[in-house]
Amino acid sequence: MVSQKENKTSSVQQLIANSRNQKTKKIVEKAMPALLFSAALISILTTFGIVFTLIFETFEFFKRVSITDFLFGTQWLPFSGKEPLFGILPLIAGTLKVTLIAVVVAVPFGIASAIYLSEYASEKIRRTVKPILEVLAGVPTIVYGFFALTFVTPMLQQIIPGLKLFNALSPGIVVGIMILPMITSLSEDAMSSVPNSMREGALALGATKFEVAIKVVLPAALSGIVASVVLAISRAIGETMIVSLAGGSTPKFDLDVTDSIQTMTAYIVQVATGDAGYGTTIYYSIYSVGFTLFIFTLVMNLLAHYISKRFREVY
Amino acid sequence: MRYMDDTVVMKRMTKRITFNKVWKSFFFLATTFALVTLVILLYRIVTQGVDYLSIDFLTNFASRFADKAGIKAALIGSLWLMAVVAPVSIILGVGTAIYLEEYAKKNRLNDFIRMNISNLAGVPSIVFGLLGLTIFVRMLGLGKSVLAAGFTMSLLILPVIIVAAQEAIRAVPNEQREASYGMGATKWQTIVHVVLPAAIPGILTGSILAMSRAIGETAPLVVIGIPVILQFLPNGLLSQFTALPMQIYDWAKRPQEAFQYVASAGILVLMTVLLLMNSIAIFIRNKFQKRY
Repeated sequence: MVSQKENKTSSVQQLIANSRNQKTKKIVEKAMPALLFSAALISILTTFGIVFTLIFETFEFFKRVSITDFLFGTQWLPFSGKEPLFGILPLIAGTLKVTLIAVVVAVPFGIASAIYLSEYASEKIRRTVKPILEVLAGVPTIVYGFFALTFVTPMLQQIIPGLKLFNALSPGIVVGIMILPMITSLSEDAMSSVPNSMREGALALGATKFEVAIKVVLPAALSGIVASVVLAISRAIGETMIVSLAGGSTPKFDLDVTDSIQTMTAYIVQVATGDAGYGTTIYYSIYSVGFTLFIFTLVMNLLAHYISKRFREVY
Repeated sequence: MRYMDDTVVMKRMTKRITFNKVWKSFFFLATTFALVTLVILLYRIVTQGVDYLSIDFLTNFASRFADKAGIKAALIGSLWLMAVVAPVSIILGVGTAIYLEEYAKKNRLNDFIRMNISNLAGVPSIVFGLLGLTIFVRMLGLGKSVLAAGFTMSLLILPVIIVAAQEAIRAVPNEQREASYGMGATKWQTIVHVVLPAAIPGILTGSILAMSRAIGETAPLVVIGIPVILQFLPNGLLSQFTALPMQIYDWAKRPQEAFQYVASAGILVLMTVLLLMNSIAIFIRNKFQKRY
């Protein structure tokens, strides 16, 4: 009897203690979601931060330079003392040259290796190649830039005699190598998700593996492949270190790939490492260029998202 | 009666089969292109840089003279940078992932948060640099400090960590949560004692990989205006500092040939750090990751 009573009192004490715990528990249960939500808000604040920063500072820039001069001017000469010219087309031309060369390099190689990995390679090969691609994707861009400047450019100069030390070709090729793993692995994912029954159906009709890959798997995975290419283009447009090291700093509005160029990103780097003071027109110009760059990549990202959503074949 | 001519059929078949073989080897060659590039890249850097790599190189400060140049300030600076980036980005990233996976209901706001994160992942790093320059360096007055650069880098890799953590949390089977609720645990208790312990290997792996991206990222640091030739080590979060990729960029830009070798040695140090981090990540993934 006594022991039972003791038991009871101790359990009452426990209950009291528990109810206190319950209170803090309730507070924690209420507070945590709010706290976690505020962490999630940071990413939204980041986006707003980026957009407002770019808009405000670009607005400041357009108080000094007219929008039409900026959008349609074919000369970008911000450092010419008396009459600086801010026409962004040369910078866009530089960016597009590099991007185009990168795409020409990366798309055939990327899709071909994706086909090999998803349709031909044994599980063992796939398991060795995929980590190597991950390593390639993890190489910092500064290393690629150094590689472009000290290896690819001298090598190309032996093949193309007129090639300058700074040009669009070498960084273009290296940016292509940089985005190659991205195209390969995303395209491979898209091809691997094509159900095996479709392959087997075609094989049963007597198709060769090549015919299966080209006529069955490729069309079925097309939306994923195109989306991967568009995403890679967006990466190439925003790539900075390779083009600042190997591309040069002479913005030109032409189609020459053997001569020194300047991309949008390389211009921002040039100003940031130079001594243009805070509040000068040159200082604000990096925001207007950054804003243009942001819009380019945003459009590409949304396009990739739209393509993979809209045209996806669901099995 | 014969419907098909054997020789014609055989001819066409052989043609198609050869076609298949030729293309197969072409696809294979395309795959080796990436591998060959990686080998050349690593070979070049190792052969150029290994002679410059010495204890002196690791313990000297930067110098105008190639043979006296060292990487001490940059190496220690990068460690300081990571000391800010790791806690900030992991706490924010994992917090966001828990919110999205465990609490977020399906509504417009949460859809917007999700879409926003995937878009942020596609914003060029140099634009994050402009954000950091405006908000952290100028508006909040942090200067070109460890803290300003650390915050900028944290925001840059945040989407990567969020996505990795989301995947890790999603991989924890619902039965485990339900078992926990069945024992009378509250939602938060379930998250802390059941979901997170199961998801931690995946979260750690993703975070370390994201960290290794941050340590090699140059563009935001350039835009913020991190100095290169520093003769002192940072002594606090608001101190000036320099980082490995910044230092390499400075060396690579110099016209003197000797600095090319110094840059290679610097890249070797950076790649070693990256290799170390990646090995840890792969080790954690293989050792602790549970499959349900």
